[in-house]
Amino acid sequence: MAAISREEVAHLARLSRLAVTEEELDTFAGQLDVILQSVAQVGEVAAADIPPTSHSVPLTNVLRADVVTPCLTPEEALSGAPDAEEQRFRVPRILDEDVAS
Amino acid sequence: MTTTLPAYDEVVARYEPVIGLETHVELGTNTKMFCGCPTDFGGEPNTRVCPVCLGLPGSLPVANAAAIEATIRIGLALNCSIATWCRFARKNYFYPDMPKNFQISQYDEPLCVDGYLDVDVNGETVRIGIERVHLEEDTGKTLHVGGATGRIHGATESLVDYNRAGIPLVEIVTKPIPGTGALAPEVARAYVTELRDVIRSLGVSDVRMEEGSLRCDVNTSLNLPGQEWGTRTETKNVNSLRSVERAVRSEMLRQAAVLDAGGRITQETRHFHEDTGDTTPGRSKETATDYRYFPEPDLVPLAPDPAWVAELKAALPELPRLHRRRLQQDWGLSEADMQSVLNAGAVELIEATVAAGATPAAARKWWLGELSRRANETGVELADVGATPAQVAELQGLVDAGKLNDKLARTVLEGVVAGEGSPTEIMTNRKLEVVSDTGALTAAVDEAIAANSAIADKVRSGKVAAAGALVGAVMKATRGQADAQTVRTLILERLGVEG
Repeated sequence: MAAISREEVAHLARLSRLAVTEEELDTFAGQLDVILQSVAQVGEVAAADIPPTSHSVPLTNVLRADVVTPCLTPEEALSGAPDAEEQRFRVPRILDEDVAS
Repeated sequence: MTTTLPAYDEVVARYEPVIGLETHVELGTNTKMFCGCPTDFGGEPNTRVCPVCLGLPGSLPVANAAAIEATIRIGLALNCSIATWCRFARKNYFYPDMPKNFQISQYDEPLCVDGYLDVDVNGETVRIGIERVHLEEDTGKTLHVGGATGRIHGATESLVDYNRAGIPLVEIVTKPIPGTGALAPEVARAYVTELRDVIRSLGVSDVRMEEGSLRCDVNTSLNLPGQEWGTRTETKNVNSLRSVERAVRSEMLRQAAVLDAGGRITQETRHFHEDTGDTTPGRSKETATDYRYFPEPDLVPLAPDPAWVAELKAALPELPRLHRRRLQQDWGLSEADMQSVLNAGAVELIEATVAAGATPAAARKWWLGELSRRANETGVELADVGATPAQVAELQGLVDAGKLNDKLARTVLEGVVAGEGSPTEIMTNRKLEVVSDTGALTAAVDEAIAANSAIADKVRSGKVAAAGALVGAVMKATRGQADAQTVRTLILERLGVEG
């Protein structure tokens, strides 16, 4: 049985705001299935005494003192923005689909 | 909506409410959560941003030590256990209030868990369970353009300012609170009030609801007695303590109307409207799995040293509720008297007045008497009435020194409130000081005795009570600026009668 369904891939694509065609859904569902099955194989090896790894370097408490450092100028901050207005980032309409997702 | 809402009494007779509160507090650190941009309120748009809080490629976050400490202190003040090891998590979503398409938050490993906060409601103590206290980053501010009244619905575009994006935000979530019945709205308000006072006493945030540094979401559900809890709604945009109470109440009424009509409650986010006091449906929420939380790979885990946490715990200030209890005892007040001090918002003012040298009784008398009356008349908060604790203490000092009697002191206080200066200045400038020159007083006494010889004879014959009329005459002659007790003693002396 496939580890991921075509519907789940479509759902993920929508959450990620990716436009995926019907053919691509088939392709990605197949590819993701292979990846998930490989991960499942690793999962079979992992035993209760092996903690999951979220960070490859065994460090904790890397913190910074609460001291102000220089900011960008607004011009610098907005220099990479596709559009700006009133010194703010201008973005297209947010709710253009159905209000409910 | 044309639905007629049921009466509140009927609703609480038929249904049992369960409430829950999620409160967000912006910490008052100097810098943001994961970068060194300043956090001060009100700067020009996009002037407090850097590659980290703009989510530019290649930038890396580093956690603010002061924010971690502040969050742990909040957790300790709320009687929580502090995690010995926990991680930040990415909450993924597409909404332009965060430029990187995710918010760094905490998910299944919050910094503080399982505590409580005791709050007083109508003289009863209600223990509110605290589910978790976690740390995340605030979002930017979006300005919706092209729609009606700045709402997101109908807007054609939005303008975003990221000054606020990345400011440390502490989220405090209660456990569900059942069993409060008709008091549910008041319990909600009392909880947020107490939480605000606790956080303020820790000095980690200015907790101002009107400026958004304290924000509250209210969960409400109704169920029939003995049945399972109902479906809850989450009301957002609740921006004042009064609104917390109103939001719970209005949502209880709305849900009861739906249930009475045989309908079902939809689990949804609703928006509270300050003007009408009711709620309307908002954006329906993505479910937790849709946020695809995963451990934040750019930040290493936190492992607060238990010894350090114990030090922080030992150094917590006296918390507001205990502080109030101690003051009540120190001031010798009954529950009811303390409640009237609390209702008047006078606790800190009286405390400061006592610190400036007045007795608790005198301080309370001025703040709950003249000054409260004045504040009510002019519709301002007691703290903004125009008199300071130091001035009230000075005024009382003049009374205690015999320089002002009660009536004159009230006249001086009017001058203080009107901004005429310090009590001593006003007393001197307006020549309000009690006449303490015995020579002048004796003359006034002799005049009064001469002018009222019949009364004087009565007093001489032993009717000491009749002396009151003579005291009144002297007070009138001195325009109230004599000490009535001194006058009385002088009169009796003059007439050769024992007081």
